[in-house]
Amino acid sequence: MKRLLAWIGVTALIFLLIAALAPGLLAPADPLAINPTQSFRAPSFDHLFGTDESGRDIYTRVIHGTGASLLIGVSATAIGIGLALVFGLLAGLGPRWLDFGTTRFLEVLFAFPGLLLALLFIVVYGPGVITSTIAVGLATAPGYARIIRSRVLVVRRAPYLEAAAVLGRGWWFRLWRHLLPNVAGSLFVLVTLGIGQSIVWASSLSYLGLGAVPPAAEWGAMLSAGRTYLASFWWMTFFPGLFIMISAVASTLVGRGLQERNRDS
Amino acid sequence: MTALVSVRDLAVDFGAAPVVSDVSFDIEPGQCVAIVGESGSGKSVTARALLGLTGGTVTASQLRFDTINIADASPRQLQRLRGRDIGFISQGALVALDPLRPVAREIADPLRLHGSLTAAERQARVLELLTQVGVPNPALRASQRPDELSGGLRQRAVIASAIAMQPRLLIADEPTTALDTTVQAGILDLLERLRAEGAAILLISHDLAVVSRLASHLLVMSGGRVVESGPTEEVLTDPQHPYTASLIAAVPIGRARFERLTNRPAAAVPVESVVMKPHSVEPASTEPASFDPASFDQYEVLSADGLCKRYGSLLAVDDVSFSLHRGRTLGIVGESGSGKTTLARLVLALERPDSGDVTLLGEPWTGVPESARRARRPRIGAIYQDALSSFDPRWSVRRILADALGGSAAVPALLESVGLTPELAARRPRYLSGGQQQRVAIARAIAPRPDILVCDEPVSSLDVSVQAQVLDLLDDLQRSLGLSYLFISHDLGVVRHMSDDVLVMRDGRVVESGPTGAVFGAPQHDYTKGLIAATPRLP
Amino acid sequence: MAFVLWAVATVTFFAIRLIPGDPAEAILGGPGSQASAAALAQARADYGLDQPLFVQYLHYLGRMLRGDLGTSYALKQPVLAVVGENLGGTLLLAVVSLIVAAAIALALAAWSAQGGRVASGVSWLLEVIAAAVPHFWLAISLILLFSTTLGWLPPVSVPGPIGLVLPILTLALPLSGFLAQVMRESILDAIASPFVLAARTRGEGSGGVFWRHALRHAAIPAIGLAGWAFGSLISGAVVVETIFARPGLGRSLLTAVQQRDVPLVLGVVLVVALGYMLVTTLTDLADRLVDPRLRAS
Repeated sequence: MKRLLAWIGVTALIFLLIAALAPGLLAPADPLAINPTQSFRAPSFDHLFGTDESGRDIYTRVIHGTGASLLIGVSATAIGIGLALVFGLLAGLGPRWLDFGTTRFLEVLFAFPGLLLALLFIVVYGPGVITSTIAVGLATAPGYARIIRSRVLVVRRAPYLEAAAVLGRGWWFRLWRHLLPNVAGSLFVLVTLGIGQSIVWASSLSYLGLGAVPPAAEWGAMLSAGRTYLASFWWMTFFPGLFIMISAVASTLVGRGLQERNRDS
Repeated sequence: MTALVSVRDLAVDFGAAPVVSDVSFDIEPGQCVAIVGESGSGKSVTARALLGLTGGTVTASQLRFDTINIADASPRQLQRLRGRDIGFISQGALVALDPLRPVAREIADPLRLHGSLTAAERQARVLELLTQVGVPNPALRASQRPDELSGGLRQRAVIASAIAMQPRLLIADEPTTALDTTVQAGILDLLERLRAEGAAILLISHDLAVVSRLASHLLVMSGGRVVESGPTEEVLTDPQHPYTASLIAAVPIGRARFERLTNRPAAAVPVESVVMKPHSVEPASTEPASFDPASFDQYEVLSADGLCKRYGSLLAVDDVSFSLHRGRTLGIVGESGSGKTTLARLVLALERPDSGDVTLLGEPWTGVPESARRARRPRIGAIYQDALSSFDPRWSVRRILADALGGSAAVPALLESVGLTPELAARRPRYLSGGQQQRVAIARAIAPRPDILVCDEPVSSLDVSVQAQVLDLLDDLQRSLGLSYLFISHDLGVVRHMSDDVLVMRDGRVVESGPTGAVFGAPQHDYTKGLIAATPRLP
Repeated sequence: MAFVLWAVATVTFFAIRLIPGDPAEAILGGPGSQASAAALAQARADYGLDQPLFVQYLHYLGRMLRGDLGTSYALKQPVLAVVGENLGGTLLLAVVSLIVAAAIALALAAWSAQGGRVASGVSWLLEVIAAAVPHFWLAISLILLFSTTLGWLPPVSVPGPIGLVLPILTLALPLSGFLAQVMRESILDAIASPFVLAARTRGEGSGGVFWRHALRHAAIPAIGLAGWAFGSLISGAVVVETIFARPGLGRSLLTAVQQRDVPLVLGVVLVVALGYMLVTTLTDLADRLVDPRLRAS
């Protein structure tokens, strides 16, 4: 059962990757082509997901928006994990005072829960795709850092590091051959789970009008545009949201699958 | 007299092949029947079948307690039986109490579930029970949580809970595993007293010596079947089944140094051929080239002088000195908290001593910086109780050994030298059995061709027969490689069998030391005498 | 705790100084306002912006200590008053959602502890919702289902309990998924542990095992999540209050961010940080209550 779910996740991920790299294969039409006579059409065979206020085909736009949306998720995760790695490794490997300082600093960051840190960043640097991506990365970094630090501390105290010391292996050998690879294993899971989370967060910012802006074919921007028409034309927000959810579910399923495998092996 | 418990043709399965089959025995009031077997023999499952708690499918032509047919009993009937008529002393004394509840609550549970006492009466009864099982200061202990109690006190609390309703049958599943020798002796005395007072006891254990002290009747189980049964004395002195014989032979207690515990001959593998790196500098080059232990044991490979290590207010190691000669074994015996593991870490220079020095092969070892030690690290190796956690979980056996050897060419030969097939190289240690894991650990330790091996409880978590194989292997390697061992164990029998000289440690101090025969033959210190008296032995 | 508050105030103070452009201009309505040089100078003097940074910082800390969070640029009202006005609504939303989430999680955990496919299926679904469904999308789906299609509940928040149902569901469902997940894991761990076997050998039934042993062990990680849950509820409140047009701290914050109303953003952030620290302090206390091992050390 768990395996099956993981494979469903992998399949969904492959589909999303195809949509991101070669959107023309799945939706040959132009995502920006407007057709005012066809505006606000409900989902039908002609327009699978309906059309928006300018008569653009939402299915085409959703498929063509995959690349940009995934890129935002991946970049935000890269920023978050990158920062977290610096802090987590400093705290986990450094001397005690450094661990103390870093941990206190992370504690302060934790006092700005989730979206708040992102909003604070946006109020300083203004809304937009790049700032919202960085904002999401920043907001997720403290959580990752805490996980990485505790993982480093666990591995650092592992008996196999001591066994390597008894064999006469130096600090760098133990760091590169034992500690980092064992930390990296759990990092991979964090990244997979994190991409889904980042897409969800970034889309929330876009939905609030603080991220990507219309008419770009990006899921968040489409949501933002559809927000005005939420009451009458639900499909404008529903389908981009559905794709956000699919990517988040896919990344969650694959991440959980990896987690299980790590636990088993 | 009719039996209190009667079991005939018991079989238990968990969907696939049965894990227990054809088990039959009776227990009479006031009698102790023991089931002996190694892990996976089905002995615990058999015991739980009497409580209806196997989690599998139980069939039997008879599974009777008093007048109740357990196989047909309803869940409610079984619940009434548990804790009231049958008390259970669980395996793993240290984890059998809920860490979040006060001990008194756990002990009072059977009273609450089966009795009609008020809360105040229950509290009084708990104190009575704690006194009965020999817990000092019961009022204080009752209000404490399990983690505030020592292992011995916890096991006594578990027993108090099991006997709260004065059950007619007590099932004790490995009641003394993981307890110190002297504590174990106290628990066994307590069980013996309960039996004398009329309780029937079903004792489950892997330890023949423990069993022989209590049980009048013995069942030996292997692979889910009873291979032999009969009166204890008879089974132990005149075993009919080869498995029973090998189990008895595997017990190291009272066995001479280098006497084999398994029926396998000494290793025929030429170990020299697999040990690659010849040391560029042979500090012992003046010694005879022969590996006859008698001829070169004058050479001191390791010595400690006045070692002290303090953790906060605890003096973990207090003024310990010793000397270890080539080809010999120095045993260090002591109970938990005696400082023996800290001593091992000091000797391996993983901890810096507060004072005192260790000298390795005639040169200073602990007093110099790590950079000065590194080149000599290969001369001293270590094996641990938990071999598995000493391996990087990402590495295969081949990579672990190749890393230690400095090349993978000799890995198959090295595996063979420790009695493993080369095919195991591709596997990861976690998929090996406990005995195989310890063999891989030994292979890794001897790969750099050390002079000394520090063995910290190397066989403590292994089954008796596996323990015997590992001990024999260590003997073989010692003779063929001229190794010196610092052999640390809580198990007096194992240390006695393995050591030429011995240190008895307590609270960080050496209370007695000398040649093994002298120390154990004519102990001078009261602690050593008590330890020897507490060690169970075969008849 | 005092340290964290001070650090939070300091971080926010200096973060605000990073804003490109002239704060005086922002006070007067942003770069588009074409404010005169005199008006800018006046604004600078009014808000103390003409003094050295360090002096401004000390003044800022002093005002914080007196509980003065400054004046909103956009609303021209004291920040404290704006926060006070909106705090109640958000607190009500958050607290009720937390209770509902805990109740759902507990019921689910108890149910799936019995084993059974349906139970684990439902908890799995909630876990996925928790991990993968954005609040806004859940809110939209709930509106589509309960308002547009079924017509049972109002699509926007109306006064009275009926208007609270959808916002609370939106916040509580994902949270309950997370809580149920950790609780389920520790309940299963507890049930498989030797001390539960020992309890059963004393004649304890499955109900007793759950209430007397497993539940307490499950509470420990759930309590540990409280600080995080608070953050998630506040983040969710920003979205939920916006979608359901409910007055509250979250919606004020969003409006303030959109208008770049720095003092108001700061005020809300500080209040939330304070709330977070209160929650973590309470968490520590609750932890000690449930887990006696912490009390000893």
